Amino acid sequence: MDKAMSEQNNRGIIREINGPIVTITLPGVRNGEQVKIGERGLYGEVITLRGDNAVVQAYESTEGVRPGEPAEALGWPLSVELGPGLLGSIFDGVQRPLEEIFEGHGDHIPRGLSLPALDREKSWHFVPEESLERGTHLESGIRLGTVQETETVEHRVLVPPDRAGELVELAPEGDYTLEDTIGRVRTPDGRTRKLKLYHRWPVRNARPYVKRDHGVAPLITGQRILDTFFPLLKGGKGAVPGPFGAGKTVVQQQIARWSNADIVIYVGCGERGNELVDILETFPTLQDPYSGRKLMERTLLVANTSNMPVVAREASIYVGMTMAEYYRDQGYDVVMLADSTSRWAEALREVSGRLGQMPVEEGYPAYLASRLAAVYERAGRVETGGCDKGSVTLIGAVSPPGGDFSEPVTAHTKEIIQTFWALSKELADARHYPAIDWTGSFSEHVSTAGKWWHKEIDPDWEARRGEALALLARDAELLRIVNLVGPEALSSAQRWELEGAALIKDGVLQQSALDEVDTFSSPEKQFLLLDMALTVYEKGAELIELGVPVQELTDLPLLAKARRAKQVYDSTQTEQLLELMEEFNQSFDKIRTEYAKFEEHAQ
Amino acid sequence: MSAREYRTSSYAQGGLLEVRNTPEVSFGDRVLIRDHMNRIRNGQVIKSSEGSVLIQVFEGTSDIDLESTWVRFLDEPFEISLSPELLGRVFNGIGQPKDGRPPIVSNLRRNISGTAINPAARTYPREFIQTGISTIDGLNSLVRGQKLPIFSASGLPHNRLAAQIVRQAKLVDEESHFSIVFAAMGVSYADARFFQEEFSNSGVLGNVVMYINLADDSPVERLALPRVALTAAEYLAFELDRHVLVVMTDMTNYAEALREVGTAKGDVPSRKGYPGYLYSDLAEIYERSGRIRDRHGSITLVPVVSMPSDDITHPIPDLTGYITEGQIVLSRELHNQGIYPPVHISPSLSRLMKDGIGKDDTREDHPRVANQLFALYARALETRNLASIIGADELSERDRRYLGFADEFDKRFVGQDEDEDRSIIETLNLAWELLSIFPKDALTRVKETDLAKYHHTGD
Ligand SMILES: Nc1ncnc2c1ncn2[C@@H]1O[C@H](COP(=O)(O)OP(=O)(O)OP(=O)(O)O)[C@@H](O)[C@H]1O
Ligand SMILES: [Mg+2]
Repeated sequence: MDKAMSEQNNRGIIREINGPIVTITLPGVRNGEQVKIGERGLYGEVITLRGDNAVVQAYESTEGVRPGEPAEALGWPLSVELGPGLLGSIFDGVQRPLEEIFEGHGDHIPRGLSLPALDREKSWHFVPEESLERGTHLESGIRLGTVQETETVEHRVLVPPDRAGELVELAPEGDYTLEDTIGRVRTPDGRTRKLKLYHRWPVRNARPYVKRDHGVAPLITGQRILDTFFPLLKGGKGAVPGPFGAGKTVVQQQIARWSNADIVIYVGCGERGNELVDILETFPTLQDPYSGRKLMERTLLVANTSNMPVVAREASIYVGMTMAEYYRDQGYDVVMLADSTSRWAEALREVSGRLGQMPVEEGYPAYLASRLAAVYERAGRVETGGCDKGSVTLIGAVSPPGGDFSEPVTAHTKEIIQTFWALSKELADARHYPAIDWTGSFSEHVSTAGKWWHKEIDPDWEARRGEALALLARDAELLRIVNLVGPEALSSAQRWELEGAALIKDGVLQQSALDEVDTFSSPEKQFLLLDMALTVYEKGAELIELGVPVQELTDLPLLAKARRAKQVYDSTQTEQLLELMEEFNQSFDKIRTEYAKFEEHAQ
Repeated sequence: MSAREYRTSSYAQGGLLEVRNTPEVSFGDRVLIRDHMNRIRNGQVIKSSEGSVLIQVFEGTSDIDLESTWVRFLDEPFEISLSPELLGRVFNGIGQPKDGRPPIVSNLRRNISGTAINPAARTYPREFIQTGISTIDGLNSLVRGQKLPIFSASGLPHNRLAAQIVRQAKLVDEESHFSIVFAAMGVSYADARFFQEEFSNSGVLGNVVMYINLADDSPVERLALPRVALTAAEYLAFELDRHVLVVMTDMTNYAEALREVGTAKGDVPSRKGYPGYLYSDLAEIYERSGRIRDRHGSITLVPVVSMPSDDITHPIPDLTGYITEGQIVLSRELHNQGIYPPVHISPSLSRLMKDGIGKDDTREDHPRVANQLFALYARALETRNLASIIGADELSERDRRYLGFADEFDKRFVGQDEDEDRSIIETLNLAWELLSIFPKDALTRVKETDLAKYHHTGD
């Protein structure tokens, strides 16, 4: 034993196993270092040092491990492989390729398995950047060339952050595997270092960029209540909190499907296996509405399902985020969806509990808020080393116990994010989907998004949005009155307001993810539907002012038509929507003239 | 080493036994404990350090004294033997026979904790199971491989409903290819007996494996029971190609046992004293259901969860709802009105319904009919509420129509006989009878083509 220790100093002995927490005598190991545990070679990470003892959290079940077994420190922190071949794949929480594991090892995930994330056999057609010459000084992030990763996504091979230097050699156009050398640089320390199509990066360190930039364009998700009412900018931070079954996952999957992001990274963190399968089975057949290509070509999944080991759950968010930053560095707009950040927080809680750390609120450790903020802080729009702009938009689902938004994870998240899509049990129970509660949700991006909407879609966007929200607010007030004293207490105008608000709710806000037509709504269609609902309301209100009985209006068949429009006309059928609007206008004008005649007659 | 017995127990409380001066024992290993009366108890290592081991004793630690307790480390994980002989048998929570017959002998042994199914190995469940119950088939459809709990409360007929599902579920049709695994934790003798008779009366007993832990059996044993039962279910489903329906009752008793042991271990409590890992622990159980690529069998899981004080936000139903693929919620109000099965549709949900119903599976209008009924019923409940405040007479004609709908719906759609087995088409036709209470323009969640085809109007 002494010999081994003095030779390498990276071998140790297991002292205690307490669930996923293993205490190992491992002198000289660093905090954060990867460790292979026991005869099975389970993977784990050092989280605390106490004298010669390291406290290690294992990413895999420790069943069958006994004190006295050996352990080995590996010398590096948890890192991921970054290179072509990530897209279209599904990885576990520490970036092991699940499809390959299934092919090689069957239905269940064996322990102690170490497989490279990226395929070493596959060759990629590399096209070097023409402008680069020998001797050019390369900053990190400069583009060395490209590889067509999928039909839609061009993979930009960049100088890795730690390889800035003078270009010694760059390979000619041709087919290369990941381990082939595609270039060499001389770094400032005088060493010549190889460049490959991939490199590794430690997940807990944010990847560097030149400078932060602010968001300018909204992320278009095709979901009306998100885009039109509570927009999120590309590079923004959003949260979707809600009780079980309210629709967090559907919101996230809809964004994964229909948003105008270049790359989508979906992290299933402590949630259901079948939800990932749903994506795996449907995305290869679904079309990206922007590129027309299969959605899976721009998508990557990270899966630590609820039955997979808790510690890897904590890691999965960082693994996903690092891959997101990597595509951001290539100048892409990346959306990362994390379902659910609550499970990530619970993993923190579990580990801290086993370490005997002092809990502060509901068992969570004191560092919950700062860790959460640090994760969200990695989102943003930046100027990359390659003088591009790229962004990571981070959208986290939050699963508050009992649906109580005052619990620690929701409360801390709310302070960090810019857009808050609050799901309500009442709306979900009434099958009003997406069950996003317009009174509890907010977006700090409305005016910036407005600039885009005004330029691209309609200068009235912000005004119309405001009018709709005001009508919904009055509706809530009126419903309170009705529930106290009954509908008789309302004036005709007020009753029509209820009708108008109902039209906004049914015809605009409510959007079925399962309806083939309604599942995606282009910005144009979104605005037309909103404008139509408001116009119907306003025209009706004018008539009521003239004295037309409200009953006559609520019986109008056009109300049902306005409610159905969203699923009758798809995003390309804006002409038809305009015609429908014209038809409504005429109906109202007709009532107006008839009523005027009737009045004349009466007098 | 395994033959040696240690008499060095140093602590016993709440199902936990600590032993000192032990050899190096693997985490998760089986242990045999012999007490002063020579009674054998079973345990499992839940913490292992050099020189000391913490054991969870399935039969509990009552009546144990530290002096004269012998502990033997078996140097093997907690495994059970599996063979087709399981069918028709009754076991306790750790897989020992409870029917007076000999234990299962087989070379095939599996660890009860299982290992996580690779998500990439799963295939999405999409085959509709007709249960003959309108509120389930019509509005919260169950599919093969789904985990769909029944949220209930004391005094509500969850057992009768579960039994009706078992009886009527059309997977029973495929005679040789179905099995039932029944897992009872902390249930009364009467309840266990009820199920046993149900199975026997419907002639399926030969296809059932039962794991039973009664209310007066050790709570610690409840921690192993669902894992043992699911290990058997996995074997039947994925090795014998059977469609397995697992009924578990009552998960609340399981979670309480987990809290009891967790508290004794000194685990940091989160909500209501339940340990922070309750979510992951329940998920390890529930996520063992599903379908797997290239395998013929499936595990469909129907756990019964009783909501303490009828509170759906209580950690046990709450965390269950966060893991399962929906829930069937029973309501005391409906029950008190004499409606059976008292399924409250609004908080009920089936997340896997979307792929199991519609044109090729049930009927083309099904998804929209369900959606429309949910919406109308939600509105109708609001109206009912309003009526109770201001009186039904004050309501508008339109509102009164909603009231009438709610009553008819509860009576005719929700309510059905315990032996009434409605086909999905009967359920959908009944739905249209109720929808036709409203004029076409009020039904905007269905298509105009649906209205033309199914709405009962003269025009
Ligand atoms: N936009 C939508 N359109 C149609 N159905 C929806 C929509 N949103 C939610 N649903 C319905 O609600 C169900 C539950 O949604 P979802 O799985 O997203 O809930 P969740 O909030 O993620 O729950 P959990 O916290 O338990 O994971 C879905 O299976 C679907 O039936
Ligand atoms: Mg979800």
